[in-house]
Amino acid sequence: MARSKDQQTFQRLADQPPPVMVVGMLGWLRANLFSSLSNTVLTIVAIYLLYLAIPPVIHWAFIAADWVGASREDCTGGGACWVFVLARLDQFIYGFYPEPQQWRVNLAFGLLIVLIVPLFIRSFPYKAWLGFFLLFAYPFIAFEMFTGGILGLPLVTTDQWGGLMLTLIISSVGMVASLPIGILLALGRRSEMPIVRAFSVAFIELWRGVPLITVLFMSSVMLPLFLPEGVTFDKLLRALIGITLFESAYMAEVVRGGLQAIPGGQYEAAKALGLNFWKSMSLIVLPQALKLVIPGIVNTLIALFKDTTLVIIIGLFDILGAVEAAIKDPSWLGYAVEGYVFAALIFWIFCYGMSRYSQALERKLNTGHNR
Amino acid sequence: MTDKKASAASPPASKTAIWNNPTFRSVTFQVIVLMSVAAFFVYIINNTLTNMAQRGISTGFGFLDLRAGFGILMSLIEYDETHTYGRTFFVGLLNTLLVSFLGILFATLLGFVIGIARLSRNWLIARIAAAYIEIFRNIPLLLQILFWYFAVLSALPSPRQSLSLLDLFFINIRGLYFPAPRPETAFTAVVVAFVLGTVTSFFVARWARKRQDVTGQQFPVMLACLGLIIGVPVIVFAVTGFPLSWEMPVLQGFNFRGGLSLIPELVALLLALSIYTAAFIAEIVRAGILAVSHGQTEASFALGLRPALTLRLVVIPQALRVIIPPLTSQYLNLTKNSSLATAVGYPDLVAVWAGTTLNQTGQAVEIILMTMAVYLTISLLISMFMNWYNKKAALVER
Repeated sequence: MARSKDQQTFQRLADQPPPVMVVGMLGWLRANLFSSLSNTVLTIVAIYLLYLAIPPVIHWAFIAADWVGASREDCTGGGACWVFVLARLDQFIYGFYPEPQQWRVNLAFGLLIVLIVPLFIRSFPYKAWLGFFLLFAYPFIAFEMFTGGILGLPLVTTDQWGGLMLTLIISSVGMVASLPIGILLALGRRSEMPIVRAFSVAFIELWRGVPLITVLFMSSVMLPLFLPEGVTFDKLLRALIGITLFESAYMAEVVRGGLQAIPGGQYEAAKALGLNFWKSMSLIVLPQALKLVIPGIVNTLIALFKDTTLVIIIGLFDILGAVEAAIKDPSWLGYAVEGYVFAALIFWIFCYGMSRYSQALERKLNTGHNR
Repeated sequence: MTDKKASAASPPASKTAIWNNPTFRSVTFQVIVLMSVAAFFVYIINNTLTNMAQRGISTGFGFLDLRAGFGILMSLIEYDETHTYGRTFFVGLLNTLLVSFLGILFATLLGFVIGIARLSRNWLIARIAAAYIEIFRNIPLLLQILFWYFAVLSALPSPRQSLSLLDLFFINIRGLYFPAPRPETAFTAVVVAFVLGTVTSFFVARWARKRQDVTGQQFPVMLACLGLIIGVPVIVFAVTGFPLSWEMPVLQGFNFRGGLSLIPELVALLLALSIYTAAFIAEIVRAGILAVSHGQTEASFALGLRPALTLRLVVIPQALRVIIPPLTSQYLNLTKNSSLATAVGYPDLVAVWAGTTLNQTGQAVEIILMTMAVYLTISLLISMFMNWYNKKAALVER
């Protein structure tokens, strides 16, 4: 076949489209769901199980559910009776806190949110002052607002506190108190002074070795015996002491992990600069160590948040206790599932939020030393 | 101030003031710590003794021999109202150990399945496993226990309308019923065969390893051991004429009779403990498998090992080194969490001992200390095991 010269120069053809089974939707399905016979079987079984599980749940929770009404007579849809949760929402959030006084709780938590938000803004200049105020002044302000008895506010004793409010109070006090105690214990455990080390180890292992429930029993049954005649502790305070002691031991182990991961050269460099123990710890070692163990600290905080539910066993009404009380109310019998699902949802949102935040924080503080 | 300076100046070698001497500082500080801790304990013990004397509570463990006078829902050893408080302690302890053992078993099985599923190349399976983990580990255990007990199990039908699986397992509001094995005398032979098979397979495995070390020849250890441990007992079982009968649970009157049963409190507790702990175990398993670098797998393929062998000889041994320590601490957590039984009334150590017995006798100090001592002992035993394992499994680097 005779060709002219210019026809013989190489002409690049347009790219062929990739095979339809490798890209796009079909390619993704093939790679991720149907890559082999066993995978296909697994996928089909999983889809079937999901088909069995998901539609009834959606039907129960949304389609056949009742949302408006005032009593159990309004629950006629055959699905979930969210009327129950909505009718008792007040109790779930505030416990037995008297209704005309609930603005105080709202105001205190509102203030907390207003104060905390600037801490998350990168360029906010007075973070240190604000943090100081939050840690050392705010708890007293909040306590006075909850309790009252001053400035003409009526007195609301701690046995009227309850619901989500109590859960948040117990967990935030536990979190704020257990971290510094935990850091001190961790430093004590790594101390070169044998007596300090022995006490720290004994304290940590004692609390880590027993269930929280026995600690709470101890603080509610034995603590009154420990105190001199006439001195009594509030039930809430006793629970707080128990939870703080317990969680600080866990916190100490997490912090110790961080301290161990800091290379010895850092300690030596701090000493060589002439820094004393507290300065070398607070300026050199702890900032690095705590950054390393953020995931561990947040895990401990999440555990603490979940553990606050145990206070119902010593007779405090946190959100789970409020739900428990509501589902045993004769006028709302039979709506246990709705109550528990609501409480579970609240806990889930808080815990999942915390774990996502810790992941974000880890990425932000990662200064790129990992290989 | 000046006195101290003078005394510090007297030893000629030291140029620092005595309060800047590290040894002096550390000794002083430790003496202060020791004395304040001792003072704290003296104060507490003193107060406690005074308070107890005033309330007329006797001290000591004499109450252990008193008649308890209350019944317990479930007991693994013989127990009724006429037994002593000392015996209630053991009833509670055994119930705690039972629920912990079963919980550990189920949580491990479920956790490994979910953890491996989380790493599956099948997108849907991995997503389902991830959803399981995120849902169940973020909901408090106590809430889950209460949910299973009060929302699910108490909504089950009465014994007459029991839900059944193959007419062997029955579940109703009174609990879970299943057939009980009733071995006849000849069944001993099967047990003996099983024990002999296990012991023999141990020696076979050792011999095979030695032979492979010396000659390089492999021996199908897995098959041989399976044959010895399962095959031989099955043959003996058949030869002796199947000396095992099953006692079926039968509906009589208002409830099932015969067979074995689990009380609903135990079922709820087991479900919640296993499902909750499995979420944590799954994450541990995933982290452990991911911790084995891919280079190990590639190196093993390069040596010509097939995928199954790679998994067994290269990946799993290295992953286990990462998995076992956190896994044991999850087992410990599960054991401690089993004390939440008291919320649904399963008679574990805390419910029976630190609950009912404490309320009846008022011996708060002794009882709480004994309860804590039990859990402390368990946790110290487990951490001893963990230290031993860590030493054994630690990477020996050349």
